[in-house]
Amino acid sequence: MIRPPIYGLMAEFNTPGEILEAAEKAYEKGYRAMDAYSPFPVEGLSEAVGFRHTRLPLFVLICGIAGALGGFFLQYYASVISYPLNIGGRPFNSWPAFIPITFETTVLLAALAAVIGMLARNGLPRPYHPVFNVARFNRVTRDKFFLCIEATDSHFDLKRTGAFLKSLKPTHISVVDH
Amino acid sequence: MADQLNIDTIRTNLQGKHGDEYWRSLEELAETDEFREFLHREFPREAAVWDESYGRRQFLMLMGASLALGGLNACTKQPAERIVPYVKSPESLVPGESLSFATAMVQGGYAAGILVTSHMGRPTKIEGNPDHPASLGATDAITQASVLSLYDPDRSQVPTNRGLISTRDKFLQELESALRAQKSVGGAGLRILTETVTSPTLGAQLRELRRQFPKAQWHQYEPVNLDNERQGAMLAFGAFAQSRYHLDKADVVVALDSDFLIHGPGAVRYARDFAQKRKVAGDKKTMNRLYAVECSPSNVGAVADHRLAVNSREVETLARMIARTVGIAVGGPDLPQHKQWIELLGQDLLGNRGSSALIAGPYQSANVHALVHAINQHLGNAGKTVTYSDPVEIEPVDQSESLRALTQEMHAGAVNTLIILGGNPAYDTPADLEFKQALGKIPLSVHLGLYNDETAAESTWHVPQAHYLETWSDARAYDGTTTILQPLISPLYGGVFSQHELLEEVLGRTGRKSHDIVKEYWRDRTRSGDFEKFWEISLNDGVVANTSLPAKSFRVRLPDSVRNGSAQKNSGFEVLFRPDPTIWDGRYSNNGWLQELPKPLTTLTWDNAALVSPSTAESQNLENGNVIELRSGDRTIEAPVWVLPGHVNNAVTVHLGYGRTHAGRVGKKRGFNAYALRTSASPWSAGSVVLAKTEKRVRLAATQMHHSMEGRQLVRSAPLKEFLANPNFAKELGAVPTSEQTLHGQHEYDGYAWGMSIDLTACTGCNACVVACQSENNIPIVGKEQVLAGREMHWIRIDRYYKGSIHDPETVFQPVTCMHCENAPCEVVCPVAATVHDSEGLNVMVYNRCIGTRYCSNNCPYKVRRFNFLQYSEEDEPTIAMQKNPEVTVRSRGVMEKCSYCVQRISSARIEAKKESRSIRDGEVVTACQAACPSQAIVFGDINDQSSRIARLKAEPHDYSLLAELNTKPRTTYLAKVTNPNDKLA
Amino acid sequence: MKNNVQHITIDNQPLIKPGHTYGSITDKITSDVFERKTPKGLMVGLAIAFALTMVLFLSIAYLLVKGVGIWGINIPVAWGFAIINLVWWIGIGHAGTLISAILLLLNQHWRNSINRFAEAMTLFAVGCAALFPLLHLGRPWVFYWIMPLPDTMALWPQFRSPLTWDVFAISTYFTVSFMFWFVGLVPDLATMRDTAKKKWMKVIYGILAMGWRGSAKHWHRYETAYLLLAGLATPLVISVHSVISFDFAVSVIPGWHSTIFPPYFVAGAIYSGFAMVLCLVIPVRKVYHLEDFVTDRHVDYMAKVMLATGLIVAYGYAMEAFFAWYSGNDFEKFMMENRTGGPYGFMYWLLLLTNIAIPQLLWIPKIRRNLVWLFIISIVINIGMWLERFVIVVTSLHRDFLPSSWDMYYPTIWDWATYVGTIGLFLCLMFLFIRLMPMISIFELRQLLPWKSGQRKH
Repeated sequence: MIRPPIYGLMAEFNTPGEILEAAEKAYEKGYRAMDAYSPFPVEGLSEAVGFRHTRLPLFVLICGIAGALGGFFLQYYASVISYPLNIGGRPFNSWPAFIPITFETTVLLAALAAVIGMLARNGLPRPYHPVFNVARFNRVTRDKFFLCIEATDSHFDLKRTGAFLKSLKPTHISVVDH
Repeated sequence: MADQLNIDTIRTNLQGKHGDEYWRSLEELAETDEFREFLHREFPREAAVWDESYGRRQFLMLMGASLALGGLNACTKQPAERIVPYVKSPESLVPGESLSFATAMVQGGYAAGILVTSHMGRPTKIEGNPDHPASLGATDAITQASVLSLYDPDRSQVPTNRGLISTRDKFLQELESALRAQKSVGGAGLRILTETVTSPTLGAQLRELRRQFPKAQWHQYEPVNLDNERQGAMLAFGAFAQSRYHLDKADVVVALDSDFLIHGPGAVRYARDFAQKRKVAGDKKTMNRLYAVECSPSNVGAVADHRLAVNSREVETLARMIARTVGIAVGGPDLPQHKQWIELLGQDLLGNRGSSALIAGPYQSANVHALVHAINQHLGNAGKTVTYSDPVEIEPVDQSESLRALTQEMHAGAVNTLIILGGNPAYDTPADLEFKQALGKIPLSVHLGLYNDETAAESTWHVPQAHYLETWSDARAYDGTTTILQPLISPLYGGVFSQHELLEEVLGRTGRKSHDIVKEYWRDRTRSGDFEKFWEISLNDGVVANTSLPAKSFRVRLPDSVRNGSAQKNSGFEVLFRPDPTIWDGRYSNNGWLQELPKPLTTLTWDNAALVSPSTAESQNLENGNVIELRSGDRTIEAPVWVLPGHVNNAVTVHLGYGRTHAGRVGKKRGFNAYALRTSASPWSAGSVVLAKTEKRVRLAATQMHHSMEGRQLVRSAPLKEFLANPNFAKELGAVPTSEQTLHGQHEYDGYAWGMSIDLTACTGCNACVVACQSENNIPIVGKEQVLAGREMHWIRIDRYYKGSIHDPETVFQPVTCMHCENAPCEVVCPVAATVHDSEGLNVMVYNRCIGTRYCSNNCPYKVRRFNFLQYSEEDEPTIAMQKNPEVTVRSRGVMEKCSYCVQRISSARIEAKKESRSIRDGEVVTACQAACPSQAIVFGDINDQSSRIARLKAEPHDYSLLAELNTKPRTTYLAKVTNPNDKLA
Repeated sequence: MKNNVQHITIDNQPLIKPGHTYGSITDKITSDVFERKTPKGLMVGLAIAFALTMVLFLSIAYLLVKGVGIWGINIPVAWGFAIINLVWWIGIGHAGTLISAILLLLNQHWRNSINRFAEAMTLFAVGCAALFPLLHLGRPWVFYWIMPLPDTMALWPQFRSPLTWDVFAISTYFTVSFMFWFVGLVPDLATMRDTAKKKWMKVIYGILAMGWRGSAKHWHRYETAYLLLAGLATPLVISVHSVISFDFAVSVIPGWHSTIFPPYFVAGAIYSGFAMVLCLVIPVRKVYHLEDFVTDRHVDYMAKVMLATGLIVAYGYAMEAFFAWYSGNDFEKFMMENRTGGPYGFMYWLLLLTNIAIPQLLWIPKIRRNLVWLFIISIVINIGMWLERFVIVVTSLHRDFLPSSWDMYYPTIWDWATYVGTIGLFLCLMFLFIRLMPMISIFELRQLLPWKSGQRKH
């Protein structure tokens, strides 16, 4: 499909309540390719823009299990298979002594998974993004809330979408260039 | 030295020189003796002793001088080393394998046979010679340490003339001219001073000297001598009879102020015989009984079943009382407080006629010795437990007399030429004789010695002496058995003489080597046809066959002076002089091993102290480290106090040998000089001494701070009766976890399973094992400061505990080394598996893997692990490095170390066994400590081999493990201490 | 939570002074970094801290040249200040994780104004702690042999050793704490990026912010991840000090060999951690006028947490003593006698005074809410917790099984230099953090503001 001339239209709001309402209205109108931006997590906002759930927890769980198995096997392999040594008369497989490290590796891998997974799915780090082209957008990290409907949306039409956004009584509407 | 050189002179010498010329001139400079001497002074090599903190100026000097050196290193080519390839390899030398040669170590004139291990020409370790009667394979601590003195970098290396470095030739010229003068007057002004001489060769040379110089005199002196024994024999027999004890036949032994198990010509042998009779194992359920009367606590007192601490003057009184109780009519008063004790002792003696022995110590008067001879003879012990023979010494004399005569002549100016063959009279002669001052008056005084010591400083000439491992000689043992001493290595330093060589020069036969001198002597003396064969055999065996003196019977005739005895006046507060347990009379004071060897009972290192009883300390309100002033007449010394339980009251013991002013870096300026208070009249004690407390304090470095077992069952002991009634008493004193109590299975040890057994009944706490271990395993010394910090490195230590009252405690010894626990707590906590178990149950320490967390030491219940907190092993002492055992890693800073069960010996035995495709025989692996132990308290072997000695000992009922309740399953176990008290006395 | 409530009880005082808006919060905290010129106090503090850090470097250099022999350690006391300080620092670190993770899970919103600060503290404390196990090695240059790295000898670490557990525990703890801290920072870094005036600042903060743009979807995953991290950090923080306590509990030494160690080490850790947070927060709050965000209520809560954990620690001491007697084990009994009446007895009683007696003052609200008093008590508790570790490490070792090897331990000047040095390093990092980073989590503060009335609440 051909690349639209602009990235989309962006409306600016003052409070979490307004942005939430706006997002829901837009969704009812059938807009899908849109996103809301806020200075702090606003409960229900992501659902409002049609983002239901993330598979991050599953990923973390899997990595956690991998950490546990890997951690224990590392110790088992080293102490029983690769280089068994008689340490103070203890059995080669002193599994109780292997538990603490197994636990640590579990946590380590799970934690890494959570952070890396989150960044990856969010596509971060990403130095450039069109929304940054809007001069006023820098207040998204201070006190303003933004709703951006993207030009790639099938319902997107500069005039109609603009009118629709106006109806949401934003403090300001701006065009987002690529 | 004449124009002693300093930085400035160097600088001036270097003025106006540039580039190459500059350095070349410094090179030239470096070649001069002055520069070497200068460097020597500017670089006090402190390797042995850690961190003598440098002052600012010293530091700057060092920096400056090291710069100069830097220049030298940079711009001079390395000094050429003479590498002599073996054109014809010496017989039976296999590179990398050690050889051992038989020779002897001479102490106080008497020989102890030894086998010296040599690695590629470097003697590294000393073992006893099993064929030698005075050794039977064991040694004492001092003998073990003597190999270190050979490599002592502080040994004198060049002849000095009035303190200045000189040459051998200059010396010989001066000597020769002096002797020419003496020839004309028959040697009227010529005097020779030796120590006790048993060397036949030296004797022959001295006789020859008398022939050439009829008017010359030969004097003998050493500070720790046997004068009282000689005089005692004179009194009793009218002759210098040599007494020799056979303690393997004695059921009752009475020691009168005698340390016969530790010191004296026959000590090692006596310890062996005594232990044989004392140990209970297998079917042997009988023991000897030891009564000890002593003034200053000694190992013998600790071993004794009954110990009586009395004033030194009272010992003679007690001897008389004993004599009376056994039925000899002698006079003298009674000591009521000890009457019963003596009575029972007497009964015991009478009950063991012919199987008892009384031994008097060298510190007791001739009278006591005479009385002892009388009692022994009266009890029919003579010929059984004690035999007599002609003297072993070439010429037994009263050495104190001999020295007094000499010094009188010296003061009188009658002596022009004095030749001192060994010894250090300027330091260790009684203060009242003022030998040092007298020495100054001698026109030509020659001192032959290992060190540039006090005497060397006062003599006109000092000539470096060859160490006994560097030269040929011969000497006799306590029983007369003669050993021909052979060198293990050619002298490390040029210009050295042996006694024989120097004497030969005096006799006008210049340039003869001791080898020829000794060999010629024996060639003349051997009737047997094939001399070379005789020579070979004698050298190989380390003993000359059939030279033991035959027993002779002497009849005792006590002179009335002894019979009647004089009433013993109370001497008030007295000072007792004793040789130092480790550095002896001071001759070993530069030996780091001996300096750091904890002295038995006090566990002091690096210092001597004034030992006092707790109650004396209390009354004078003294505590350890308080400096007291001891005044006897117009002489005073200052000494730090050490409180020693069991010491007799109103007396203080001081050890000789410290307070050296010229003794090398290790020995100088340590402790105080007790000789300053000693008189020729009574060399072993000074009466009516005034004690005054000063404000000063000295930090004394003891290795054991705590002396009570806190009610813990560490050393388990019982009287013989109790033991016979309940042989398992030791095991029952502590809970031993059963195998069911562990959660997991045990590792199996099929094949060898090494283990050790230590018999606490036999251990006398003599420390021989400690030094043996140190020399076998390259254990560094750390210096006083580090000992104070609690960082001594010994792999085996002798724990000493007191039981009972602090005033007359029971003393027990317990050698503690790595227990090689099967469930080793140390291994489990090591994060890098640097200490692990091998298939034979050894707890092996992998130095290269150790990263130094020290967790293993924390978790070791026995605290036998040692850590290199700093760089302890001498890195910059080439000669010291030569002593190291190439089969044991030299540990560097930051790694843990500990007893390895002498794993290197196990593997060499394994190699031998493999070569002959057999298994290692029982007794084939002998650990260093085991080999050295005079009383054979330590046994090592394979506990899987049921027939082995170790297996049998472990099966003994009184075998127990230390801290068994921790279920560490130690491979080293103990045989409980069994005593044999006289229940009438108990 | 309710808005415009003005009761007297401290528990429903608002967590942010009323009248603040999203903007005002943001401006206040960012301006502390951008506009406000560095306060005198901070400069002086930094100077001192830096000097101490230099002392640390000096003593480390000397240590590497000479060896651990420059310290007072010996046989039997082979562990000294190094391990004492390790445990002390790690313990301090725990408060950070506790506040940020556990209180988050417990939905304790008051944490929002102090967690950033506490997390930073955790990070730096653990950093200081990690120095010691490294330096105390006889051969520190081969420390990596503890890690499971392939080597020519095919050797592995010995996984039964608590020290090996430590390596894993501490490194995991550090990593997770760092991630927690950084993830929390990202949105605020974005704020910094957008508020910064100078270009180079924008660039630096921009890079660190990773292009965060507050997208709703991002926030969704972000919160999920953050919650998961909290869930993971909570058992982790407990495990870490348990593992540290195993260094002692797993051994055979009387006074170490004790099953009660893990719980009471963890409690002690939190105890000292909160004490340290207060030591830092109270002066900073003053200097930076953060009274609006770190209210008396916060301070009061932290004091209460200290009181609670302090009582757990007291229980631990009591149990140690009780079991020493109850076990009937002679060595244990002697250990307790020696601990209370031995040469180091005064340390034990000092410990009880500083760690148990004095903190009981916190029962009194007046004292609890008086900053000066609270500050002093916190300092006392920090000293007390250090003493606790000294008592455990030294008095247990210096007299263990064989009286023959009993000895004393005297720290040297270098022991002290290293210890004080790490305090300097810690403060140094702390000051820099305060100066360069938003020391309070801005976006989480925003969440504390009530939504405009008439809108739906959550």
